[in-house]
Amino acid sequence: MNIHEYQAKAILRNFGVPVPDGHVVYNGNSARDWARRLGDGPWAVKAQIHAGGRGKGGGVKIAKTADEVRQYARDMFGMTLVTHQTGPEGKIVKRVLVEEGSNIADEFYVSFLVDRATDKVTLMASAEGGVNIEEVAEKTPEKLFFEAIDPVVGLTAFQARKVAFKLGFAMPQVKQAVPLLMNLYKAFVESDCSLLEINPLIQTAEGKILCLDAKINFDENALFRHLRIRDLRDYEEEDPMEIEAGQYDLSYIALDGNIGCMVNGAGLAMATMDIIQLHGSSPANFLDVGGSATIERVTEAFKIILSDEKVKGILVNIFGGIMKCDVIAAGIIGAAKQIGIEVPLVVRLEGTNVELGKKMLAESGLNIVSADGMADAAAKIVKAVNG
Amino acid sequence: MSILIDKNTKVITQGITGATGLFHAQGAREYGTQMVGGVTPGKGGTKIDGFPIFNTVEEAVKATGATASVIYVPPIGSADAIMEAVDAGIELVICITEGVPVLDMVKVKKYMEGKNCRLIGPNCPGVITPGECKIGIMPGYIHKKGPVGVVSRSGTLTYEAVWQLTSRDIGQTTCVGIGGDPVNGTSHLDTLKMFEADPETKAVIMIGEIGGDAEEQAAAFVRDHMTKPVAAFIAGATAPAGKRMGHAGAIISGGKGDAASKKAFLRECGVSVADSPAEMAEALLKIWQP
Repeated sequence: MNIHEYQAKAILRNFGVPVPDGHVVYNGNSARDWARRLGDGPWAVKAQIHAGGRGKGGGVKIAKTADEVRQYARDMFGMTLVTHQTGPEGKIVKRVLVEEGSNIADEFYVSFLVDRATDKVTLMASAEGGVNIEEVAEKTPEKLFFEAIDPVVGLTAFQARKVAFKLGFAMPQVKQAVPLLMNLYKAFVESDCSLLEINPLIQTAEGKILCLDAKINFDENALFRHLRIRDLRDYEEEDPMEIEAGQYDLSYIALDGNIGCMVNGAGLAMATMDIIQLHGSSPANFLDVGGSATIERVTEAFKIILSDEKVKGILVNIFGGIMKCDVIAAGIIGAAKQIGIEVPLVVRLEGTNVELGKKMLAESGLNIVSADGMADAAAKIVKAVNG
Repeated sequence: MSILIDKNTKVITQGITGATGLFHAQGAREYGTQMVGGVTPGKGGTKIDGFPIFNTVEEAVKATGATASVIYVPPIGSADAIMEAVDAGIELVICITEGVPVLDMVKVKKYMEGKNCRLIGPNCPGVITPGECKIGIMPGYIHKKGPVGVVSRSGTLTYEAVWQLTSRDIGQTTCVGIGGDPVNGTSHLDTLKMFEADPETKAVIMIGEIGGDAEEQAAAFVRDHMTKPVAAFIAGATAPAGKRMGHAGAIISGGKGDAASKKAFLRECGVSVADSPAEMAEALLKIWQP
């Protein structure tokens, strides 16, 4: 789960991490009022969307007067911000952060994430801040420093000092950076983050170290113990169909193709998308109905797939294990009768009670094409859609 | 021979009084697995469908001599259940539960350092040695005893590979579902090492997916140390970058972990890679005859 920059900074502030003073606003007038309360300016006016690279698209402005703050904020509200992370359709700005300006003398990069190679939380840092860190990693990997963190003792002061010196800080800044890094780690583990990225961390002209930007992703599996974080979720930033699917415990992701897929299991669902492409067409979605699909869930899955107007045919691929094929067949028949499926439907069933399931589909009187194996299923649906 | 489990393996179920735990304990018993009991705190001394229940894993091990445990405990208690099994001296812990917080697993991995215990999962279908022992949620009947080892992150895609083998009358030594989470107990690499050391395993099918570099590490082992033929499939060639495809670990991030680069590296290492998931058995038969 992602949150906005202003929400991330509020969390960091609670952990004693220095961030600029600021406030989120929803209209131009309150942007101007908050600017006045924050001080004499200049101020940063920052569009709040769940994507990076906002500056290049006009989503970050520096204002010298409170009236300028209002004007920039007004320009941003309702604008469609396109960055390298939003995709070509962009995102509409609905919230704006007004912040006290900072005198940037130098920029750095700091992040925490779970490293799959070491199974540990790892601190990653670089003196190359404010830039695309993936490029730094690719072109100049020697400019990135790593510290793997022992989960029992946490980030130690000596590790934080090592990183601070490698970043090139003088002693007055090292003294600020060490508690800052240790508190960031504390925020990471106590909030069950999956990513905490500060880009840039800055040193101001006055010699102060602070987090100018903050990005946090949370482990969704841990949200059960962070109800206040769960409430920060901004549904307007997410695909409405993916939200709808989530309410029925369906894992759904919209794609660009025209063949809808309904599959049990994430691996088989990806493989089904792949085989559609190998047969010369492309999948309209990823959809995992999970291990215990009921008639209700199968019906909802069909509704979600069909709500995508690009869908010209549906491929159902089920390998029944715990889930019996006759139950899936009943679900398909029930759903087809309830909502009426007018596009071609190819069903591949295998596994527990497969014969009974196939028999039920054949006797249903519905226009369902039965397939044997994944290749046959893919060939049949691609032919039905492309002719 | 086989890896991890065989007909002598005694298994307890942690979370046996839950609907899922009991259902799969019964299924495993029907398959012939020695399911010797279960653990549910507070229900020790009672029985459920003939399975004796214990309050703690320690008591269960003492009374039954179990060396393996399967966990169906909900995510909030999964990490604790794994550590309890490790502490009680269980040699093989298989955690089926989906949705365990990743930082819980980071702690579990640290806790297990230096201990004589192997963890499979979490978020996995389990392990089966056909005809001898089934621990987990896979349908037993699609399997057949034979010479091929199967290792995979995914559940149903493993069934697909197994079914392709069984329909061609080729059986399996052991099928291992290692799970789809980013931090898990056993990797593709660990499993390949076990298959290489097992005299009955003659060939291996490895099923991977986008995200991380576990498949690449396993492929380097195939190139440098493995004497047995390995075929593979990588799921997610059509998955867009930055989107988590169901499994917590299945995400292309920072331009890394995409299917094309994984397949290319596997081929460089001498693995026979199937482009189509319908051709996993075929890919193996190209380089190996039973």
